[in-house]
Amino acid sequence: MTEVLKPSDSSQLEDMVKWAIADDIPLEIVGLATKRGLGRPIIGKQGNIGNLVIGHTIDLSSLSGVSLYEPDELVLTAGAGTRVSDIEDLLESEGQQLAFEPIHMAKLYGNEGGSLGGLIACNLTGPRRIKAGAARDHVLGIKGVSGRGEYIKSGGRVVKNVTGYDLSKLMTGSYGTLAALTEITLKVLPAPENTSTLVIFGLDEKTAQRALSTAINSSHEVSGAAHLPARSSSELSLGDIRNENSSVTALRVEGFRPSVVARCESLIKLLKNFGAVEKINKENSIVFWKDVCDVGPYKERKDPLWRMSVTPTMAPTIVEKINSLIAGCAFYDWGGGLVWYKLDEYMSDSGATIIRDVINANGGGHATLVRAEDSIRSQTDVFHPQTLALAKLTARIKNSFDPQRILNPGRMYLEV
Amino acid sequence: MKMPEPDKAVIERREEIISSLMKFVPSESIISEKKELSVYESDGLTAYRQVPMIVVLPETVEQISQVLSYCYNNNVKIVPRGAGTSLSGGALPLADGITLGLGKFNKILEIDYDNRCARVQPGVTNLSISEAVKGHGFYYAPDPSSQIACTIGGNVAENSGGVHCLKYGLTTNNILGLQMVLPDGEIVSLGGKHMDSEGYDLLGLMTGSEGLLGIITEVTVRILSRPTSANALMIGFDSSEQAGKCVANIIADGIIPGGMEMMDGPAIEAAEAFVKVGYPLNVGALLLVELDGPFEEVNFLIDRVKEIANSQGAVSLRVSRNEEEREQFWAGRKAAFPAIGRLTPDYYCVDGTIPRSKLPEVLARMSELSKTYGLKVANVFHAGDGNLHPLIMYDANNPGELERAENFGSDILKLCVEVGGVLTGEHGVGVEKRDLMGVMFSEIDLNQQQRVKCAFDPHQILNPGKVFPTLHRCAELGRVHIHKGKMPFPDIPRF
Ligand SMILES: Cc1cc2nc3c(=O)[nH]c(=O)nc-3n(C[C@H](O)[C@H](O)[C@H](O)COP(=O)(O)OP(=O)(O)OC[C@H]3O[C@@H](n4cnc5c(N)ncnc54)[C@H](O)[C@@H]3O)c2cc1C
Repeated sequence: MTEVLKPSDSSQLEDMVKWAIADDIPLEIVGLATKRGLGRPIIGKQGNIGNLVIGHTIDLSSLSGVSLYEPDELVLTAGAGTRVSDIEDLLESEGQQLAFEPIHMAKLYGNEGGSLGGLIACNLTGPRRIKAGAARDHVLGIKGVSGRGEYIKSGGRVVKNVTGYDLSKLMTGSYGTLAALTEITLKVLPAPENTSTLVIFGLDEKTAQRALSTAINSSHEVSGAAHLPARSSSELSLGDIRNENSSVTALRVEGFRPSVVARCESLIKLLKNFGAVEKINKENSIVFWKDVCDVGPYKERKDPLWRMSVTPTMAPTIVEKINSLIAGCAFYDWGGGLVWYKLDEYMSDSGATIIRDVINANGGGHATLVRAEDSIRSQTDVFHPQTLALAKLTARIKNSFDPQRILNPGRMYLEV
Repeated sequence: MKMPEPDKAVIERREEIISSLMKFVPSESIISEKKELSVYESDGLTAYRQVPMIVVLPETVEQISQVLSYCYNNNVKIVPRGAGTSLSGGALPLADGITLGLGKFNKILEIDYDNRCARVQPGVTNLSISEAVKGHGFYYAPDPSSQIACTIGGNVAENSGGVHCLKYGLTTNNILGLQMVLPDGEIVSLGGKHMDSEGYDLLGLMTGSEGLLGIITEVTVRILSRPTSANALMIGFDSSEQAGKCVANIIADGIIPGGMEMMDGPAIEAAEAFVKVGYPLNVGALLLVELDGPFEEVNFLIDRVKEIANSQGAVSLRVSRNEEEREQFWAGRKAAFPAIGRLTPDYYCVDGTIPRSKLPEVLARMSELSKTYGLKVANVFHAGDGNLHPLIMYDANNPGELERAENFGSDILKLCVEVGGVLTGEHGVGVEKRDLMGVMFSEIDLNQQQRVKCAFDPHQILNPGKVFPTLHRCAELGRVHIHKGKMPFPDIPRF
């Protein structure tokens, strides 16, 4: 029988994991379960009479609430079940933000919202990655219950800390396979006073990538660099930019007003050879980048969706090669370093082999199958397959936290 | 502080080990003469010394892999070493171990400006990366004060920071990829030129792992475009408390300066006496605030910071008028360690971090401790992020004084943890803070960290005796303790 258990504190969680260990029953860890569609569907465990033991779900949504927020120390601690939107509202009231710009991926799966634990467990980072770093760069400390049923902590509440191994980073992005997180401490930062976006219409993908690189490589501290080919830009929600016939190349500049004005002017000069540069105001900038961040252009559909992390300058070539073999479309963030790719056609592996071969042969990186039917995700490697040496090391690390493979077994890799 | 008992059987096999190593590395890469070995007897924490059994200076990754695999199969310990500037004894040799020096890995392999990264060997010095990309207007952001000497491999192993890490992050935030050799000789690559590495964040785990998990053989670092302008303010306050409030208000105003450093009275005096750059001598605390970025932004923020400083009761305030003056402001801070060194035969640099708001409390208690121990202390801090560097002055020639200085240091670090901070902000645990780990972590926490160590190094041949106060056997740590029983919580909500 599958149950959903909802611990109200970390000691109850500890008891539940211990019980699961004793009975050798796998547990699915959820925050608000908005991203079940992400990762491999969790597999059951092989029982000792050849039967398949389906596990229980542990719902951490009760472990919620902000327990510490000190704006002038730039630090916030909250329960893993806290809604990300609640945290964002609180920060906004003090003129601060999560600088890594969380992706709200729930919409991709037809849900809303999401928990802090889920956000950190998936290491989800938006367009500001190029300037502010990833979610993992903002995690200062973590508490949680490991697959050994032990309550463990790592890090603390200060930025400068090299005491012991950085297990906070290891648990960030581990999709709940090492520990069920109960509490997370984050570095928060001032929100920019002002935001502008510069756009150039009509560039082809390779030229656009060069324009993005030129801007990021300048000293003008660009905090967003995206390119949407016409097919993707036509799906944008913002009327001013949406264009059926033309691609959009966009650069974001944030900061204090005089600085934003000066940097925009310099960038317009710097980029003039690429085409006419238009400036978009703050309100529209915010709408546009939210759309880019949350994969707005591809959210309505159910088509298989890939997220690729690649060498920025190689991105257009990678997409071009994939497009010559598969029907699909792409858009670019992080100056090319992040590519969202949506398939138009049904393929039994959602194009995994082709896409990964192209990436491996063009500068390396990795591709994650972010959205596909359960039946496809359980047959295909959702995460980029690792080299043998790395896969063995990954399995040993999993083993060190969760030797019986109780927590989210199979969510990342079949053997983990 | 005790190191693990050397294994006599291994020491007796020394000659045999040397001749085996000759099969993988050229003989000129092996150092075995007593006199030459003593060059390696300590790192930046000179209070501890130990001549290594053998030093090996390999030239290729293949050689490292072969040496490791030999040591793994023959139970020989290895201590990795970069430039040996560690202040926590991370590179302290073992009497029954090989010190593996990465000095010959000193090449910059590739600079890729379009993708804003450089691929370098681990023995390349921190500063030489910035030097190499300077012509194109780029730099490598983390800037430890030891940057002329320390290596990027050592920086990764210690997760080093510098004056600019408040705004630009530590080593861990500035690397994209690594190649490493595991203790069994296996070569593994992590990350690359892409921005998110796949799978578990082993890049994050390796950074700050103090040479206990693998030998770093290549690093891909992020390089940044240099800000077009920078300007600094030098602000004097009557008390550290006021200076601390000023720091808090600058940050609360939404400003993240490129650098923000504080010095207390004794440190200001020592620095001024040494470099004579015009530090005010009648103040209780000096704050250096550097703003960098586009010219317009820097000008705008200088005014805002001035306003904040004045409203906090600044007793002196100067803004650098040119590049030369800006560098002068910093010269005193950068020379603080040697400046203290002139005043005292020996000094001991402590490295703890506290929540910034606790600064007045910590300073008050530190001066009480100073009286109790009868030892003077001067303070420099990375004020923006609460990282303290108290410099305890002592004379090792006076019997018992080194021990007193160390106990004073331990008390300061315990105080840091007590107020919500940590044992080490950037210098690492090494041997120095090893026995204090229990102040911050429970046995369960430490066991989990050691299990991670076992996942990389099941025979514990890499840098044993560092970081962990007690060594457990991996097999013992691996056991699962099963609490057999019925579901113990009938009243938990279910759905
Ligand atoms: C005057 C002075 C000022 C300093 N200022 C700062 C500062 O501002 N900020 C700061 O953070 N630190 C500072 N330090 C400390 C020190 O410079 C840093 O920790 C530095 O990163 C050490 O680099 P290294 O090459 O000297 O490494 P080493 O001292 O040789 O080794 C340090 C540790 O790294 C391991 N290691 C080295 N290379 C490798 C490798 N390739 N693979 C695996 N493990 C390896 C060693 O085993 C050891 O545990 C300072 C030190 C001095 C002496």
